[in-house]
Amino acid sequence: TLAERTNLAGVRHILLVLSGKGGVGKSTISTELALALRNAGKTVGILDVDLCGPSIPRMLRVQDSAVHQCDSGWVPVFVGQDKAIALMSIGFLLERPDDAVVWRGPKKNALIKQFVTDVAWGNLDFLIVDTPPGTSDEHISTVEALRPYQLLGAVLVTTPQ
Amino acid sequence: AALAAQLSLSLADCPGTGSAQAGRAAACQGCPNQGLCAAGAAGPDPAEVAELQARLRAVRHTVLVLSGKGGVGRFVFQVALLDIDICGPSIPKMMGLEGEQVHQSGSGWSPVYVEENLGVMSVGFLLSSPDDAIIWRGPKKNGLIKQFLRDVDWGEVDYLIVDTPPGTSDEHLSIVQYLSATRIDGAVIVTTPQEVSLQDVRKEINFCRKVKLPIIGVVENMSGFVCPKCKNESQIFPPTTGGAEKMCQNLNVSLLGKVPLDPQIGRSCDRGQSFLAEAPESPATLSYRNIIQRIQEYCEQHQEEKIM
Repeated sequence: TLAERTNLAGVRHILLVLSGKGGVGKSTISTELALALRNAGKTVGILDVDLCGPSIPRMLRVQDSAVHQCDSGWVPVFVGQDKAIALMSIGFLLERPDDAVVWRGPKKNALIKQFVTDVAWGNLDFLIVDTPPGTSDEHISTVEALRPYQLLGAVLVTTPQ
Repeated sequence: AALAAQLSLSLADCPGTGSAQAGRAAACQGCPNQGLCAAGAAGPDPAEVAELQARLRAVRHTVLVLSGKGGVGRFVFQVALLDIDICGPSIPKMMGLEGEQVHQSGSGWSPVYVEENLGVMSVGFLLSSPDDAIIWRGPKKNGLIKQFLRDVDWGEVDYLIVDTPPGTSDEHLSIVQYLSATRIDGAVIVTTPQEVSLQDVRKEINFCRKVKLPIIGVVENMSGFVCPKCKNESQIFPPTTGGAEKMCQNLNVSLLGKVPLDPQIGRSCDRGQSFLAEAPESPATLSYRNIIQRIQEYCEQHQEEKIM
């Protein structure tokens, strides 16, 4: 099947971190969840599909890293104390960290599809997908691209008010 | 190499969706937006823009409230309030207008009035239920924003405030492009003190510069908390890299002010009440008022310059 022959074939569980609202702590929770799962002995990856405001690289202190390629596609950046959490983010593709990604939907959708299918994740117990606020292009494209795979479900984050 | 060409290079070489080279430059080859840009559909038709200019002729000042980051507390305070956050419209609840509907007349859609002198428009008023999700891609959101500008009968307005969603995407490009013939006085950019917010807000500042939108200044929100019991001040979001103050110095933009965290603010917003009226003695109220005054002074001063 398609699913068997792709870069996500070795990923056991995929979960999305969603909110709707901005600034409630999705990226923080995605990061802490990844670190906690790693501590518990799991192999973990994080896919940051917030194209306008990618926060994960800074949270894992890899904002200056670059992405390389291999035969199967892009190699994720390995982060964390033991360099064992795989991370992909548009943050690694910017020339300067303050460059604004000012794209309309179709271009964002194309990159998200590539992030889903062209990153060589290898074997992972968990792939955590961090999303931007809202219910728009990034969310629709991510869910559509992930549908053939082991999509476990979504964790929703909010604040009390 | 092909992957890199498609991706990281195109970030640097994109001529800009509004430029004359949009869709036609060498870097446009293979870009998913190429067709849209080349057909001029990435930007609005000049006839449409002129139509919007005529519609908004009676608006004296237009201020965009931006962030880049979500959840930083973009606040608004004056005569016409347009909420273009299509996925997460917060304005109806904050103004105590949940459940209100938009009425139509011969002259267009009527804004919902909070006071006689404060009219509001938001997609929130068009939902059957407040929990309905609007799951739209960019083009459909752009279409609604255009309708808000074209079909709403705002009347004579001193200040049109436009609240935006987080990010630098369809909504932001569209509002700037549709209002390109109408003069936007400028943007107020909101942040919180921590680097994770500033990081996104620097991008927003770069967005403004890219689309030639003047920056009125930056507001640092949730800047410190004074305990009402012990009066001790804490930094809930510590400014580990110098906060908005340092960022503004580095980027040569004005810091309009800092607003401390006051739990009453969130409470008033949830209840649809005016925080400034409910808590006139709060340090946050004083900060808000100073910031508002600076924004007014900026707009009035630039009005004079325009006349001169």
